[in-house]
Amino acid sequence: MSDIKIKRRKKSKSVYAPTPKLSKEEIHTLAILVNNEPGVLARVIGLFSGRGYNIESLTVAEINNIEHLSRITIVCSGTPEVIEQIKLQLDRLIPVLEVSDLTIECEHVERELALIKVVCTGDKRIEALRCADIFRARVVDSTLESFVFEITGTTDKVDAFINLMSPLGLVDVSRTGIAAISRGKKAIGSF
Amino acid sequence: MTTTSTSSKAKKSDSIIAKIKPSKKNKAQEISGAEMVIKALIEQGVDTIFGYPGGAVLPIYDALFQQDKIKHVLVRQEGGALHAAEGYARSTGKVGCAIVTSGPGATNAVTGLADAMLDSIPLVCITGQVPTFLIGTDAFQEADTVGITRPCTKHNFLIKDPNKLSSAIHESFHIARSGRPGPVVIDIPKDVQFAQGKYINAEKAEMHSHYQPDISPDSDLIESAVELMAGAKRPIFHIGGGVINSGEVASTALYELVQKTGFPITSTLMGLGAYPASDKQWLGMLGMHGTYEANWAMHDCDVMICIGARFDDRVTGRTDKFSPNSKIIHVDIDASSINKNITVDIPIVADSKHAIKAMLDIWNKKGYKADHLALDNWWQQIDIWRAKNCLAYKKDNKIIKPQYALERLRHFMQQDKRECYITTEVGQHQMWAAQFLSFDKPKRWLTSGGLGTMGYGLPAAIGAQMAHPDALVIDVAGEASIQMNIQELATAIQYRLPVKVFIMNNQWMGMVRQWQELLHGERYSETYSEALPDFVKLVEAYGGVGLRAQTVDELDDVIQKMMSNDKLTVVDVMVAQTENCFPMIPSGKAHNEMILSPEAEAFDKTLV
Repeated sequence: MSDIKIKRRKKSKSVYAPTPKLSKEEIHTLAILVNNEPGVLARVIGLFSGRGYNIESLTVAEINNIEHLSRITIVCSGTPEVIEQIKLQLDRLIPVLEVSDLTIECEHVERELALIKVVCTGDKRIEALRCADIFRARVVDSTLESFVFEITGTTDKVDAFINLMSPLGLVDVSRTGIAAISRGKKAIGSF
Repeated sequence: MTTTSTSSKAKKSDSIIAKIKPSKKNKAQEISGAEMVIKALIEQGVDTIFGYPGGAVLPIYDALFQQDKIKHVLVRQEGGALHAAEGYARSTGKVGCAIVTSGPGATNAVTGLADAMLDSIPLVCITGQVPTFLIGTDAFQEADTVGITRPCTKHNFLIKDPNKLSSAIHESFHIARSGRPGPVVIDIPKDVQFAQGKYINAEKAEMHSHYQPDISPDSDLIESAVELMAGAKRPIFHIGGGVINSGEVASTALYELVQKTGFPITSTLMGLGAYPASDKQWLGMLGMHGTYEANWAMHDCDVMICIGARFDDRVTGRTDKFSPNSKIIHVDIDASSINKNITVDIPIVADSKHAIKAMLDIWNKKGYKADHLALDNWWQQIDIWRAKNCLAYKKDNKIIKPQYALERLRHFMQQDKRECYITTEVGQHQMWAAQFLSFDKPKRWLTSGGLGTMGYGLPAAIGAQMAHPDALVIDVAGEASIQMNIQELATAIQYRLPVKVFIMNNQWMGMVRQWQELLHGERYSETYSEALPDFVKLVEAYGGVGLRAQTVDELDDVIQKMMSNDKLTVVDVMVAQTENCFPMIPSGKAHNEMILSPEAEAFDKTLV
């Protein structure tokens, strides 16, 4: 008993600093233009894990095969100070050409593609097709017991469709993560 | 028909010859990857390289053997090579260069790379790698060097094509020295070192063309910064290692600016020497073991001009109580250093020398004058803090106090005509050296600040001595730290380097012991060294000179003997065992909550 008491007192009177209070977390979508060279994705991901930043979603593909440029779209969360650090730290990486925060810099469009497999028969099959029609999901594969739907839209829309499918025999989901681009004339990178 | 056929044959053979001949010529221009490495290093102005050979770098060592432009320094462990390269770089301002083998060679180099990364030291480290066709097969001495070193280098390369090798080396030097300096690793598989390829000159090298860091300051921000400075009532300059990295021009301009404004100035551990410590505007180092006047001035100031420092936690103490009433101007070449730990009012991304010069220009052009009345009051307040004499310690007639040992060392250093370079290990002796030795010129103080690497001092001293053969290079060490890279004594002997090692031997891991005493209820967990070597005999075994001082009376004589010696000398100074380093800001306290030596006994040790 006495041991426990001592421990408690120690804790409350520690000379070590309390952890600083943090402000509210935000979610930002970053578009990053990089040289497509070996290890570039590892550098970006390593930066996030090494400094304790959060990635919600990440999409990457080469967008210019002459100059070998890739575009990485990262959705990340953190306090405004952390998001600012993420951008500056990314900018410090040698193969990173440009970092653009779509959330604050401009209005933008975000889209995600998902492939959704539903296994069902009878009425459920008809219901699944009807729902797919409402959500403008396309059937890309079909057997007598299953469908694979392709759906494109915002994360919310994809989430809603998946929720709808789950009582109808949802067995498998594959999502691409968000691809985003700014509205209007403004562009990052040059072609 | 025949004629035509023969002529066509002749043409064919001609064309074959024509094809072969130029290609033969091309072949003649091609050199091996290993030769390219040496050629590129020479072109980049490398005269000294620190390293350790091994299977995966044999071709490069072979090429090294057949030339005489680059001097290779053989260390005794790869970690030593990296620290020696750091010492060389830090004391010259040039890019330091090291070469190690694959696997264990590269992993031993990691500490040095991380150290250079945190202290912004320009390094290029060449690592050997197993042949490309063996990468990924768990081959002998294989390690994922680029994977391991990615977070502790500014950039790294794995070169699989000999034709890209020379460009990569040129680019490495560009990256290492541009913007905020840092270490770069080039991992070269053994088959690429053997393969033939075309050498490309530095001007023609293919580079990440965009990597040209912006180094000139925004003139509007400089103007508002200078305006803020001119209106300041309680200003302070707070500088860091960035001023030293920026070159001597930055220090000269800084001196002019500080003199002109009449403001007090303090610096981080890494910035010591950027401003002359003998000047009366100098307040000493700030931070956890900084002076009372520097920390209080930082806490109470109304305008802080921070140049080339990054608000490390050992400098700021508790961030929410850091300098609560000040407007902060922050100049840094690395945009990510600004607003990282401390939110500032005027952020200026620029190379220190450009920013300081621009500030000086505006100050002169607009005819600003500091508020002398306010400044006089500020200096009066600072003098009250100074009168605390925060570095005071209880003297002893017999037992050597570590502070006293350093005061005597400073005394003899100041009498010596040679240029003096000080390196340190990490711990109490490092903080005392920062407090008690004074530096009037930049690049004379080499210490592991950010990473706090024990074992840094001796190899760094070797690097500095290689670069400055006639200078006096002293490694101020502790008996625990020195043992972390003590094998490098052999390196100093091999190259006849008259490095001095000044060990302050208290038989404890002093700084950890101090924290245990003050913050962990005097529970001394594993900090006493029950077995220590006889350092005098040890250095004699290596072929150097060993000296020992056990009492105050012996000290001066021993220091003089050390200074006049032209051989590797290790001095074992037996100092007071339980001396603590003060002043001290306990971790997580604010600048105005620091404790001084007389108050230490009253320090509530139950607060743990």
